[in-house]
Amino acid sequence: MGSGHRATFKNPVVNWIDERLPIFTLMQKEYGTFPTPKNFNYFWSFGGIAMTMLILMIVTGIFLAMHYTPHASMAFGSVEHIMRDVNWGWMLRYLHMNGASFFFIAVYIHIFRGMYYGSYKKPRELLWILGVIIFLLMMATAFMGYTLPWSQMGGWAATVITNLFSAIPVVGDSIVALLWGGFSVDNPTLNRFFALHYLMPFVIFAVVFIHVWALHISGSNNPLGIDVKGPQDTLPFNPYYTIKDTFGLAVFMLAYVAVTFFFPNMLSHPDHYVQYDPMVTPAHIVPEWYFLPFYAILRAITFDIGIPFTDIVFIPAKLGGVIAMFGSIALLLVLPWLDTHPVRSARFRPLYRQFLLLLVASVVVLGYVGAQLPEGIWVILGQVCTAYYFGFFLIILPILSRKEVAKPLPHSINEAVLKEQSLKAEASV
Amino acid sequence: MSTKAASHSHDTPPEGGTRRDFLYLTAGAFGAVGTGIFAWPFIDSMNPSADTLAMATTEVDLAPIEAGQAITVVWRGKPVFIRHRTAEEIASANDVDVASLRDPQPDSERVKKPEWLIMVGICTHLGCVPLGQKKTDPKGDFGGWFCPCHGSHYDSSGRIRKGPAPKNLNVPEYTFTSDTTIRIG
Amino acid sequence: MVRTRFLLSAAFAVMIAGSQAFAAQSEPQVLGGTPEQAEPAAMEKEAAPAESAAAEIPHEAAAPAAAAEHGAEAGGAASHSGGHSVIAEQSWSFDGIFGTYDRAALQRGFQVYKEVCSACHSMSRLAYRNLADLGYTEAEIKAIAADVSITDGPNDEGEMFDRPGRPSDHFRAPYVNIQAAKYANNGAFPPDLSLIAKARHGGADYIYAILTGYEEPPANRELLPGQYWNKAMNGNVLAMPAPLNAGQVAYGDGTDQSVDQYARDVAQFLTWAAEPHMEVRKRTGVKVFLFLLVFTGVLYAAKRKVWSKVH
Repeated sequence: MGSGHRATFKNPVVNWIDERLPIFTLMQKEYGTFPTPKNFNYFWSFGGIAMTMLILMIVTGIFLAMHYTPHASMAFGSVEHIMRDVNWGWMLRYLHMNGASFFFIAVYIHIFRGMYYGSYKKPRELLWILGVIIFLLMMATAFMGYTLPWSQMGGWAATVITNLFSAIPVVGDSIVALLWGGFSVDNPTLNRFFALHYLMPFVIFAVVFIHVWALHISGSNNPLGIDVKGPQDTLPFNPYYTIKDTFGLAVFMLAYVAVTFFFPNMLSHPDHYVQYDPMVTPAHIVPEWYFLPFYAILRAITFDIGIPFTDIVFIPAKLGGVIAMFGSIALLLVLPWLDTHPVRSARFRPLYRQFLLLLVASVVVLGYVGAQLPEGIWVILGQVCTAYYFGFFLIILPILSRKEVAKPLPHSINEAVLKEQSLKAEASV
Repeated sequence: MSTKAASHSHDTPPEGGTRRDFLYLTAGAFGAVGTGIFAWPFIDSMNPSADTLAMATTEVDLAPIEAGQAITVVWRGKPVFIRHRTAEEIASANDVDVASLRDPQPDSERVKKPEWLIMVGICTHLGCVPLGQKKTDPKGDFGGWFCPCHGSHYDSSGRIRKGPAPKNLNVPEYTFTSDTTIRIG
Repeated sequence: MVRTRFLLSAAFAVMIAGSQAFAAQSEPQVLGGTPEQAEPAAMEKEAAPAESAAAEIPHEAAAPAAAAEHGAEAGGAASHSGGHSVIAEQSWSFDGIFGTYDRAALQRGFQVYKEVCSACHSMSRLAYRNLADLGYTEAEIKAIAADVSITDGPNDEGEMFDRPGRPSDHFRAPYVNIQAAKYANNGAFPPDLSLIAKARHGGADYIYAILTGYEEPPANRELLPGQYWNKAMNGNVLAMPAPLNAGQVAYGDGTDQSVDQYARDVAQFLTWAAEPHMEVRKRTGVKVFLFLLVFTGVLYAAKRKVWSKVH
């Protein structure tokens, strides 16, 4: 890092620091002059938006932690203390609560962007895998945060999710006792969840740093999915993308602010305002909306897997559901090797594009199914969508990789941009 | 700073420069003002909360305290010394050349009724709680209180007489709600 | 440009789809009344005999696990087990982005709570000092608090003692603990009302609907002693007798002293109790949103300017 060309700065203080620690040179190289494809659309703003949400979550979280008490008999009361008595406490809490949702919205769009434009393909496989790891860490963090208010919803979510591990043969129950620190979800569980919920965002931050580092090694993908050929294809990151991303961020924030201040409990659930009672399960427990598709996959496996027409069971339904749920995320990790088609962008892969949009639809349906009671049509629908989800990754992608004929690619980013501009000029005449 | 440098180094069309600079400046101003305003709720959240402020007064019944006795009550999480002073203690508190004190203050300024001395029991040096409330405690060289941390001596009016503390023991705001009850705070 | 606009709107369409998927998920529960609306706190009673006198529990949900598993009322499909709840949407002064509480209604609602509900229901998260929000003066609040005797202590002799309430005290609970509350109510625990408006689908509408929803049971339904029929209750059966009667609470401001008015006032009061900072929240929200909107406009202009020279 210390080697390489160093920039000179007019400001003598900046220059003095930079001579000793070239942090300004680094910033200028990575965020100032960094050559960035000139044809990004607004989907490319969501990485920066997600980053902003992470920072906002950390800041609001630190201030909430100053007032929160991680004790089974005091946690719920301390959250109400924040909501009622702490100056601006209601705002910090609602920003944090809805911030989690908007963080996931940003990340889901970011992931979709990566899949639609093939950003996971060579040479960005590691970049993609780091992103999936961030996603996993986010899920763990969000889940633990969900339990902290010690509400009926949070406490029972903790019980249900930790019980997933009891599906593991032989050692399952021991693992669950280890997670709980006891024989049920109780004060030791709450204490460790708080400790980890406070720690994990900083781990996420570290992985995000590596994620961005990897991005700056390979450079960004772009809507055309073709490689940058030279300077005519790029623009310096500043001011072009600093201003564009800030604008995109501001629009996103408008939606976030509207929900937080006007409909703060829209994405929550009434049982979040009832204190946890280990004796009584609410009739209908649901995870937060961002987990619903995975929850639906978990519940889709309602059958034992074994040799048909015999009593031999290899994987009981409970374990099957857990494997399917974790498997659905694990598939993302190996996505770069499931889809080996040489063309990145779905713009030039009409078949891939259709199957991908169908996947998005099936995930949305799964999300809806996850919120329903598991019976009747919802079970079937959940199973069909789950089948499609796995089929997309394990069957459709490998076949398309070999068979799909892509549309002709433009020669270069610059050429495509100029062509689009001249078409637009023609249209306006 | 680096970003500025970079933007200037690239393209600066002479005619569009002023309008662009204006927009930059406006956006920057909005960003700075917005961040500043946004920071306030976070800082303010660390101030005492509504329930803490509501508990900011303490009522004390003085009737059971006999002359020569002292009690310690909690007010805003701090110890408050309440001493029912004897006639000798009052006399010795008044028998001092006020001008010679480190923190000159006549005894009459420190009490509402001479027999009741009410002070925050926190040494003005570095915040320890001085000894002298119990009969068996060391009371220092001046018959008042003695701080064990760094050896500050307070007299029977709670004034600093010897040792590192800069100020007399602080007298909180209080009122007599009746002859024998006070409300602190 | 057209393309980017399309993509941007697509991005938000995905967001909205996500939130709607969730909204849709909670919608049926408001109208169709899933077992979820059962009082979780009340369900705590483990003793079988108590089941007959279930407080606000539809008795389908008295065995909660079974209700969850078999889900008598899935999705929006109305229940076949008779637990049809009717919660009509009301119009409230606090509706909408600019809505505020009606101070007079809040004070009347507090009066109804104090004279009627507080006999069984605690509101432990509120303190008398919070009544300042309702427009009471400091002297009035002191008087209201002093009317109540609060157990404090221990004193110097190690004994607990009673003293008049102070503004900093929390609302006194009618029962010393849950066990005492259950014992006095046939095994059903009257839930704390501090958060009830946020802890039930429908909020104020739900409270109003319950308080005005008492009816004679249909001819084919027989109720056990201590059970009451309420068209708004999920499962239609609850252990709380109709609490309000016309003329029961004497309003000082000449407002109609009907059950309907009492129910509206207490529903508004309980909404305030659950979300006391709603007004400042909305006001802050409007300011933040407008600021951000102008900022977004400036950013858009700056972005257009910066990108105008790109070929």
